[in-house]
Amino acid sequence: MILIADWLGGLCLLAGALLSLVAGIGVLRFPDTLARMHAATKPQVLGVLLLLVGLALRLRTLSDLGMIALVAVFQLATAPVAAQMIGRAAYRSGRIDRELLDVDELSGR
Amino acid sequence: MTALLALALTVLLSVTALLALARIYRGPSLLDRVVAADLLLSTMLGAVGAEAAVNGHATTLPVLVVLSLLGFVGSVSLVRFAVREEV
Repeated sequence: MILIADWLGGLCLLAGALLSLVAGIGVLRFPDTLARMHAATKPQVLGVLLLLVGLALRLRTLSDLGMIALVAVFQLATAPVAAQMIGRAAYRSGRIDRELLDVDELSGR
Repeated sequence: MTALLALALTVLLSVTALLALARIYRGPSLLDRVVAADLLLSTMLGAVGAEAAVNGHATTLPVLVVLSLLGFVGSVSLVRFAVREEV
C-alpha cells in the first residue's frame, strides 16, 4: 500500500515536471505575449498542482497536507488574476498580433 | 528508483528554468519578461517541492507558501506600475 503511494507520487512528480517543461518550451517558442502567457500559465498551474499531489502522496501526514493544500489554493486563486492583468496590459499597450486573434472582444472598449 | 526519479526531475526542471531564463534575456518587452519570471519562480516552487518529496522531509513547506504568494505580488505589481511607465 505504502509502495503504491510512493510510485503514484513519483508518477505525479514526473508528470508535473513534464508539464513545466512544456510551459518552458511554449514561453520560448510562441510568437507574441498573449500566446506566451497562455503557454506559461495553464500547464504551469497544472504542473505545480501535480507536483504538490506527488509531494502529498510521499509525505502522507495531516499537517503537511494542510500546508500543501494552502499552496494549491494560493496558486489556483492568484495565477488567473496575474494572467488576466498581464493579458490586459499586453492588449492595451498594443503588443499583440491582430492577425492571430480570432475574436476581439475588447475592441469596442 | 529514487535516485532515477531525482535525476529525471532535476533535468526536467533545470531545462525549464533555462528556457525561462532565455526568454527573460531575449524578451522584447517587459511583459514577456514578467511572464518568464513568473514561470521561473513557479519552476523554483516545483523544484523545492520535488526536493522535499524525494528526500521525504517537510521542513521546506513554509518556503513553498511564501514562494507561491511572492510570484503573485511580484508580477501584479510589475504589471500594474512598471508597464504603464514604460509604454
